[in-house]
Amino acid sequence: MFDLFKFKGGVKPPTNKAQSTTLPIAAAPLPARLAVPLHQSIGGTPRPVVKAGDTVLKGQLIGQADGWISAAVHAPTSGTVRAVAMRVQPHPSGLDALSVVIEPDGQDRWIERQPVDYGKLAPEDVRELLQAAGVVGLGGAVFPTHGKLTAAKSVPMEELVINGAECEPFITCDDLLMRERADEVVRGIGIFRDLLQPQRVLIGVEDNKPEAIAALEAAVRARGESFSVVAVPTRYPAGGAKQLIRVLTGKEVPAARRSTDLGVQCFNVATAYTAWRAIAHGEPVVSRLVTLTGNVRQPRNYEALIGTPMGELLAVAQPNPDTDGIIMGGPMMGFLVPDRDAPVVKATNCLIAHSDRLFPPAPPEMPCIRCGECARACPHELQPFELYWFARARNFGKTQEYAIFDCIECGCCSYVCPSRIPLVQYFRFAKSEIWAREREKNAADGAKARFEFKQQRDEREKAEKAEKLAKAAAAQAAKKAAEAAAAAAGEAKTDPAPAALDPETAKRATIEAAMARAKAQREAAAPRNTDNLSAEQQAEVAAIEARRTQAAVPPQSHPNGPTE
Amino acid sequence: MFKSPPYLLQDASVSRVMTQVCLALVPGIAVYVWLLGPAILIQLAVASLAALLSEALILRLRGKPLALFLSDGSAVVTAWLIALTFPPLAPWWLVVVGTVFAIVVAKHLYGGLGQNPFNPAMIAFAVCIVSFPALMSQWPSQGLHLSLAEQANIVFGLMPRVDALAGATPLDALKTALKLGAESGIDVPALLANQDIYGNFAGRGWEWVAAAYLLGGLWLWLRGVITWQVPVAFIAALTAISTALWVYQPTSFASPFFHLFSGGAMLGAFFIATDPVSGCTTPRGKLVFGAGAGLLAYLIRVFGGYPDGVAFAVLIMNICVPVIDLFCQPPIFGMKDKP
Amino acid sequence: MELLVAIAIMALGAIVLGAALGYASVKFRVEGDPLIDKIDSVLPQTQCGQCGYPGCHPYAEAIAKGDAEINLCPPGGMEGVQKLADLLGREVKPLEAEEKPPQVAIIDENTCIGCTLCIQACPVDAIVGAAKQMHTIVAPLCTGCELCIPPCPVECITMEPIGESLDNWKWKYPVVAILPAEKKAA
Repeated sequence: MFDLFKFKGGVKPPTNKAQSTTLPIAAAPLPARLAVPLHQSIGGTPRPVVKAGDTVLKGQLIGQADGWISAAVHAPTSGTVRAVAMRVQPHPSGLDALSVVIEPDGQDRWIERQPVDYGKLAPEDVRELLQAAGVVGLGGAVFPTHGKLTAAKSVPMEELVINGAECEPFITCDDLLMRERADEVVRGIGIFRDLLQPQRVLIGVEDNKPEAIAALEAAVRARGESFSVVAVPTRYPAGGAKQLIRVLTGKEVPAARRSTDLGVQCFNVATAYTAWRAIAHGEPVVSRLVTLTGNVRQPRNYEALIGTPMGELLAVAQPNPDTDGIIMGGPMMGFLVPDRDAPVVKATNCLIAHSDRLFPPAPPEMPCIRCGECARACPHELQPFELYWFARARNFGKTQEYAIFDCIECGCCSYVCPSRIPLVQYFRFAKSEIWAREREKNAADGAKARFEFKQQRDEREKAEKAEKLAKAAAAQAAKKAAEAAAAAAGEAKTDPAPAALDPETAKRATIEAAMARAKAQREAAAPRNTDNLSAEQQAEVAAIEARRTQAAVPPQSHPNGPTE
Repeated sequence: MFKSPPYLLQDASVSRVMTQVCLALVPGIAVYVWLLGPAILIQLAVASLAALLSEALILRLRGKPLALFLSDGSAVVTAWLIALTFPPLAPWWLVVVGTVFAIVVAKHLYGGLGQNPFNPAMIAFAVCIVSFPALMSQWPSQGLHLSLAEQANIVFGLMPRVDALAGATPLDALKTALKLGAESGIDVPALLANQDIYGNFAGRGWEWVAAAYLLGGLWLWLRGVITWQVPVAFIAALTAISTALWVYQPTSFASPFFHLFSGGAMLGAFFIATDPVSGCTTPRGKLVFGAGAGLLAYLIRVFGGYPDGVAFAVLIMNICVPVIDLFCQPPIFGMKDKP
Repeated sequence: MELLVAIAIMALGAIVLGAALGYASVKFRVEGDPLIDKIDSVLPQTQCGQCGYPGCHPYAEAIAKGDAEINLCPPGGMEGVQKLADLLGREVKPLEAEEKPPQVAIIDENTCIGCTLCIQACPVDAIVGAAKQMHTIVAPLCTGCELCIPPCPVECITMEPIGESLDNWKWKYPVVAILPAEKKAA
């Protein structure tokens, strides 16, 4: 009924999804303290708008979006702001970033929520609403959703792809969301459809989730929508946006282009759900579904507040005693969180209790034998082993020639490598080195430009100063010359009487000249913008003018008036 | 604790790859033993021992972990390929010289596993055939039936190397006959039909060994250890050129079947030219590599100075690998419409 | 006769080649010295003068002329020396001075008297302020050259190493498991 395309490469790791789908979604208990990081999406870091001691309500704005590509952050529950300070982040580095620490009051009181009938709003207003509600891509990339809801001007929007594939092993939060909240997912998709006006809407779900597919189909039918729910073959990374677009539409989006340039856009199902909650219920994104699984006794999906410490949340699922770490995300692309106090953020779709029993340490790394397994597994058809040689040798220029930035770090290459080389790690290293170098280069270029500008400015100032000095010296010299000339002329006339009077008259003449100059200057400085003045003002101006002229007259009429 | 993602890993390892290659050689070895005597088992043992000892020695000299690299199985694969390409009754020291040269010079002096630009087994063959041409072309005469003990005695130099050993491979015999008969106007089909050394479609006995290699190679392909490009291109090129010349003058050129199932063609197509370390890695590069090796093997066989050309063909193609791969880079995801 | 022919051929060759070279030198004339720019682009543009030249460009000129060694630039570090060595085909030499981590200047706002001396000293205009007003350093623009430190009459400027943050954090080079050789273990 529906022609599917294939993407090259990919792997089929054991899915391990059954454990966490037996129980319905539950609400996670309220933690004692929440640390909500301000930077939770791609783009600018939101500015904090609360301070320590403030009381906040659930859903109250605590971080104002900074720029267009940035999304607002809200208080996940009601309580008191204890600090706006650096707190540990869910990041492989374990570094701190600015977070709002909230002590819940236990009442979980909402702000006044304002449902909106988005059909009556202009598209720009809907986008702004989504930004203000902090709606971001919940598939893991956390790109602000409103920034993706503008169709390309030159290319007609052909397909809207909704990603419910959820290809990573262990993760089931989207599966449960689609099973239990299919209607709201479908209505959220409706918002995206209305904004983008695509010709077709395709919802891709991996065929290992029949319940989710059935629920979505029922919801689509109940809403009378024309969305197609498509079962796609289970193969990691079918849930990568580019892979899913390829499978459903046959289009391949290169790294350097936006998918809208090819007339297609992709959103995660959970993003659609939160968009609907934000628009139709006025609820900003303050919680998300998190799969708690791995080395735990009670794997299950929980609706957890953003900012909940991961260790505390995972405890709900009763980790086994040999748990020695938490993986945020799936086992393919996730990472071991360096600190159990790191908070749940909008990107946290899954927490896996780690133990060496569940994830045995990799055997020792062997040299690459160029078997090419990695190249056959790469969904982006790269040559990972070539990239590996160059990244290992720190030959970053070559890694770029071999398209390292097309790598999506899906981990397929490392998964199949018989030599157990941490290939993805090499690629991440190379990418961040290239970025660092670019930053350094930009900084150096900027420094150079400013240095050259400063040098020019210094030179110009020096030149101006020299010119001024030269002018002053010249004026001095000219004056002296003029005086000498005048003296000489006076002597040449040889009239004794005027000669006796001379100093007096000369002085008077100079004074008069100075007065005249001053007058001229005054007149020149007279207000010129007198056109649109009221009659009163004009009278006043005239009076002042009159006083000035009067004041200017006497010295002329009494030449000996001033000092002497 | 530092572990890097992905935390899930497929159950794969270098030693598993090498083990599968060895397993795929077993049918060929079995047929070899059955039709041509058990001497090859002695050679396999000698070569394996020499390979492991020299590998251990050089690993120690290089300060590398012994257990890890000795157990990867790559030395054994090299050793087996050497044993299978050498004359089965060659003196033991010849095999040892070849193996040690392959492991120490061709492999470890270039950096060890994964770094050698040339196929070590083929280097061993080339070095030995250039250095000991007489010994390397002494193949047991057809119809020579010796017990294991007798064969062992010959291999270990305890029995004089009798004339019966001074036979030739079917390829060699054909080449010599053609050279001698260039004036007298020899007819290849008649030659193949009348002489005892030739079998149903290639060399007697050898044809079935080659067929068993083909079988093992297909299994390797099914297991995903090798890809289809190199064997297919190799066989296609060899078939194409041999068919063309055979059709042009059937009296002086052997049939494509003869060429495919003689000498090292099958072993080369599935086990030697497919060596990933010294071969091409891109799909199109593999096609070029295989086709080039097949073509050169035929040219050296028919027009060159050596009876079989697979070793030299593979080595020549090894030289070309970097440039082939450079020009055969596949387009990446999303860039297919642009060259 | 043959001798004359040979001489004539050589002479002809010399004339033709000479003409070609002469033409090429006019046709492909390069304004300025591209080598200096290449060297300059390798230098970190801190303009700190630690090399003994007044800024990165003068140092690049000196290197291009062969007056200066390539290991005089502490902010560039050994990596910079390596790059210069690669570019110029010279030998890598150990850095003359100690390699320092990247740093940024900080003005103690309580001590600053607003004398503007540091503003004049800053080669890259990274300090803002006016006379009798407290000055401050625009951290992203600061190259860490330390030129502002000596002029300060109240010693209120300190250098702080730039710490790791989420903005500049980098993935580390994968740790290659170097297993001990067994003879050492034994």
